[in-house]
Amino acid sequence: MEKHGTIYRVAGPVVTATGISPRMYDVMLVGEEGLMGEVIKIDGDKTIIQVYEETSGLKPGEKVIDTHHPLVAELGPGLLSSVYDGIQRPLPVLMESMGDFIKRGVSANGLDRSKKWKFVPVVKKGDKVEGGDVLGTVQEFYLTHKIMVHPGISGTVEEIREGEFTVEETVAKVAGKDIMMMQKWPVRMGRPFGKKLLPDIPLITGQRVLDTMFPLPKGGTAAIPGAFGTGKTVTQQQLAKWSDAEIVVYIGCGERGNEMTEVLATFPELEDPKTGEPLMQRTVLIANTSNMPVAAREASVYTGMTIAEYYRDQGYNVSLMADSTSRWAEAMREISSRLEEMPGEEGFPAYLSARLSEFYERAGRVQNRNGTVGSISVVGAVSPPGGDLSEPVTQNTLRIVRVFWALDSKLRERRHFPTINWLTSYSLYTTGLNGWYKENVADDFPALRQWAMEILQRESELQEIVQLVGSDALPDEQKMTLEVARMIREIFLQQNAYHKVDTYCPLPRQYTMLKVIKKFADLSIRAVEGGVAVDDIVAMPIRNRLAKSKYEETIDSELEAIDKEMAEAFDSLGGKA
Amino acid sequence: MSIASKEYRTITQIAGPLVFVEKTEPIGYNELATVTMPDGTQKRGQVLDTSEDFVVIQVFEGTTGIEKAAGVKFLGETMKMPVSRDMLGRILSGAGEPIDGGPAITPEKRLDISGAAINPWARAEPKEFIQTGISTIDGMNTLVRGQKLPIFSSSGLPHNDIALQIARQAKVRGSEEEFAVVFAAMGITAEEAQYFMSDFERTGALKRAVVFMNLADDPAIERILTPKLALTTAEYLAFELDMHVLVILTDITNYCEALRQIGAAREEVPGRRGYPGYMYTDLATMYERAGRIKGKKGSITQIPILTMPGDDITHPIPDLTGYITEGQIVTSRELHRAGIYPPINVSASLSRLMNAGIGPGLTREDHKAISDQLYAAYAEGKDLRGLVAIVGKDALSERDKQFLDFADAFEDKFVRQGTDEDRDIETTLDIAWELVAKLPINQLSRIDRKYIEKYHPEYRKSE
Repeated sequence: MEKHGTIYRVAGPVVTATGISPRMYDVMLVGEEGLMGEVIKIDGDKTIIQVYEETSGLKPGEKVIDTHHPLVAELGPGLLSSVYDGIQRPLPVLMESMGDFIKRGVSANGLDRSKKWKFVPVVKKGDKVEGGDVLGTVQEFYLTHKIMVHPGISGTVEEIREGEFTVEETVAKVAGKDIMMMQKWPVRMGRPFGKKLLPDIPLITGQRVLDTMFPLPKGGTAAIPGAFGTGKTVTQQQLAKWSDAEIVVYIGCGERGNEMTEVLATFPELEDPKTGEPLMQRTVLIANTSNMPVAAREASVYTGMTIAEYYRDQGYNVSLMADSTSRWAEAMREISSRLEEMPGEEGFPAYLSARLSEFYERAGRVQNRNGTVGSISVVGAVSPPGGDLSEPVTQNTLRIVRVFWALDSKLRERRHFPTINWLTSYSLYTTGLNGWYKENVADDFPALRQWAMEILQRESELQEIVQLVGSDALPDEQKMTLEVARMIREIFLQQNAYHKVDTYCPLPRQYTMLKVIKKFADLSIRAVEGGVAVDDIVAMPIRNRLAKSKYEETIDSELEAIDKEMAEAFDSLGGKA
Repeated sequence: MSIASKEYRTITQIAGPLVFVEKTEPIGYNELATVTMPDGTQKRGQVLDTSEDFVVIQVFEGTTGIEKAAGVKFLGETMKMPVSRDMLGRILSGAGEPIDGGPAITPEKRLDISGAAINPWARAEPKEFIQTGISTIDGMNTLVRGQKLPIFSSSGLPHNDIALQIARQAKVRGSEEEFAVVFAAMGITAEEAQYFMSDFERTGALKRAVVFMNLADDPAIERILTPKLALTTAEYLAFELDMHVLVILTDITNYCEALRQIGAAREEVPGRRGYPGYMYTDLATMYERAGRIKGKKGSITQIPILTMPGDDITHPIPDLTGYITEGQIVTSRELHRAGIYPPINVSASLSRLMNAGIGPGLTREDHKAISDQLYAAYAEGKDLRGLVAIVGKDALSERDKQFLDFADAFEDKFVRQGTDEDRDIETTLDIAWELVAKLPINQLSRIDRKYIEKYHPEYRKSE
C-alpha cells in the first residue's frame, strides 16, 4: 500500500510535505487534485517540492503521493510536429480537455497512445544488440525514425516483430525484456553516447552574417544576448526555419504568448527548403510562456534537451533553440528565493553557473554507439536586464559558449537587420571550420571573410575621425573605404527576413555576393587612384544594381551579369588607367 | 461555505500589510480572508503563505487599525469578481466597489481574478491593424488587436494625453465594432483621475468604458488587485460578450512599488533594486492576459503606461515590462521640450507585431518599406546633429545636409500632430513619402523600385 505524505506548508509554487522520504528530483503528486511537482530539497522530515501547476486553494493536510520516478520525457515516434508545455504535456490535448485556458490537475501523455506506426525491423532473431542499437524503423513524416534498444539493455534479440504497433506495444524481445517503441528518460540526465567529435562542419543557416562571418558548427554552442527589442527572436526564428539540421527543437521558455502563436502560426505554413514539406514536420515546440507556472519553466529546457538527444542518438543533426535561458535562470532564482537559500550574485542561486554549464555540455557532435554520427547545436538566448552584459546569466553563459552573436539595439534603430554587431560578435570555431569552407565553397573563402572584416574594422576607426572632423576632411581613398564598408554592411550583412528571396541565401551565393563586392572595391580603389571622384563611383548605376540584386528572383544570374559588366562600367568613368 | 467558517482570534504579528494568524484549520493558499475589528469594521485580505503552524494574510485595505484582538475569517475560496454587461459606464474603486453613486452591480457571473494562462495553442495570431490616428504609432509602431504595447514615459510628459487620444481614436478600419475601454488607475493622483474622467465624459467614451480607480491615497496594497479585477472584467467582455476591449493600465510603476512593499514586509530576498525576484512572473501574468483566442470574436489589447524612474529605461520596471510586452512606445523629453506633441521617440519605440498587421490588404503595400526608410534616414539625421554640434553645419557634405534637414522635417511634419488630429493611415504614409522625397532617390535603399515608381511624389507628379 502506498504511503501518503501530507502538505505542511504552501507558499506560491513551493510546497513543503511531511511523512514521506523520497529521492531528490522524484516526481510527487501534490494535493487532492494530484498536481505534479518535483522534490528539490530534503530537510529533516520535511520534503520541499516545486509544483508545476498553480497552487491556489491548496491546503495543509492534503495528501502527497511519491511516484518514485524522476521527471521523464517520453521518447518515440510522434514527437515531431508536437507542441508541448514545459513538462511535455501536448498543448492541443490540454486545450481539448480544459478549454482555451490552462487549468490544472490534468495529466496528458507526451506521446499519443492510440496511434499505430508501421515498424520495419532491421535486425533478426539471434542478433546481438546493445543499448542504442537500431532494431527497426518507422516513418515519421519525412524522417526515418530509428527505434533503438533502450540504454542499459543488451543481449540477444529473442523476438522481433513487424507490422503496425502503438508506442506501448512490444516490438522486440531482447535478453528477456520486452521492448516497446517508447522510451522514458529522466530529463535532468544526459543520454549516453559513444564519444564526442570535433565540431568541424558548419551549420548552414542561409543567414549571411552568421554563415560567412560568425559560423556555428554542427554540435556547437552559441549565445544570442540581446536587450529587449534587438531582434533576438526574429534571429532565432530565422535559424529555426533555415538551418540545415534535420530536427529543430524550439523551447519558448518564459516568453510571450503571442510570440509562440506567431511560431505556431508560421511554422506549419513554412516550407522546409530541402523537402518542400511543412517545417513543422521536423520541429518539436516547447511552449512555456511567461505566465505559465514557473516550475514548469525551469523544467522546460531539460525536456527539450532530452528530446534533442533522442534524435541525436538516431544519427541526426538537431538544432536546439532556447529562448530564453535568462527566463530559465530567473525561474531558478525565484524558486531558490522561495527556499530561502543564500543568494549568490544578484539573487541568483550559487549553482547557476553549474546548471548552465551542465546544460550546454549536453550539446556536441557525437559518434553514437550504433555507429551513426549525430549532433546537437545549441543556441541559447539570454536577455540581460537593461542590456547590461555584465550580469551573471550572460557572464556565466559566455564562459561556456564559443559563439557570441551580439545583437545591438543601435542597429535596430537603424533598421539594420539582422542586428548582429560585426565588431563585437565572435566565433571561436572559425579557424576549425576554415578547412571545410576551403574544400566545399572556395579556396579563398576564409581570405575573403578576412578582407571584409578588415574593411569593417577600418571603417570603425575612420568613423571616429569622421565624428571629429567630418567626412569631407578624409582623403578620397579613405572615403572610398567608408563607401565599401557601407556596401558590405548594406548589401551583404543586412538581410531581410521577410523578403522571400533575401530571407535565405545559400552559401555559394554568399560567396559570390562578397566576391562581387570585393571586385567593386578593388576596381573603385584603382579608379580613385586614377582620379575619379568618389561621388561618381557611388552614383554608378551598377552599384545601385548590386544593392538591389538581392531582392531579385534572378539574383544569381544578376550577380553574374554585374560581375561581367563591372569592369566596363568602371572604364566608362574615365580616369587614368 | 463562508457563512459557517470559523472566526480566529489568534493574530500573533502585524507587519506592514501582513497579518500572521496561528493555530488555524488547514487554510488554502491564495484563499480570501476577512479581518473584523472590535468595532465591527471589516477588511479583506488574501493568504500568501499557509502552513500547519501559521497563515500569512496580506490585507488589501492596509493594516491601519488592526489589533491582535481582531477576528479573522477565511472564506474558503480564492478571490472572485462579479462581472456583468452592466459594468459598462460604471466607475468602481480599486477594489471593485461602485463609487459613482450608482446601484450595486448584479453579477451575471463570478470569475476568479487571478485568471488562468491562455493555452498558447488556443491563441490566435494578432494581425488586425488598429488605427490610432497617431502617425508615429500607425506608421512606424503599428498596434494590432490582441497586442500589449506599453507607453514608457517619464514624469512630466503627456503620456496621459497620448493614452486618451488612442482610447478616443482607436478603430479597426472597415469594421463597425467599437472598442470597449477598461481603464485601471493605480495610485494616480485625484487630479489625474479627474483629467481622465472629464475626458471620458466630454467625448462620451464613458458609456463604453469600465473604470477602476485606485488613487494615490488609497491603500497601496489594493493596487495589487486593481489590474487583476480590470483584466478579469476585460476577459469577460472580450471572450464571453465578444467585444473588442482596450485596457489602459496606469501607472505600472505604482503597482510595482506596491509589490516591493509587500516583498519587504515579508522579508523576502530582494532582487534588483529591492524589487521581488518574482516580479517578472507577476508582471507576465498581468500582461499576458492580452490576446485573441481562436474561434472567439473578442480581443484584449493592452496599453499599460509606466513612468520610468529617473528616465532610466534600464530600470527593472521598464526593463522587465519590455521583455514581456510586444514592443514599447517611448516618449522623449527632448521632443517635449521642443514643443512637439506627441513627443514619441520612434527610434527607441518598437511594435513587435507590426509586420503581422501591415502590408497589402491590411494597410498598404509600401508600408513596411517606407517605415524602414523613415527609421534609417531619421537615425542618420539624428547622428549628424551630434556632428554638427562639433564641426558646424557648413562642414557637412550636401548629402549629409539633406539628411539633417530630413530629421528636422520628420519631427515637425510626421511626429507633430494635434491632440484631436485623427490621421488615417493613407495620410500618414503620404506624409512619409513627402518627407523622403526630400532625399535623393538613390539614397532610398530600403524601398523597392516598384514602390518608388508608384508612390514617390516625383513619379506621381509626372503621371
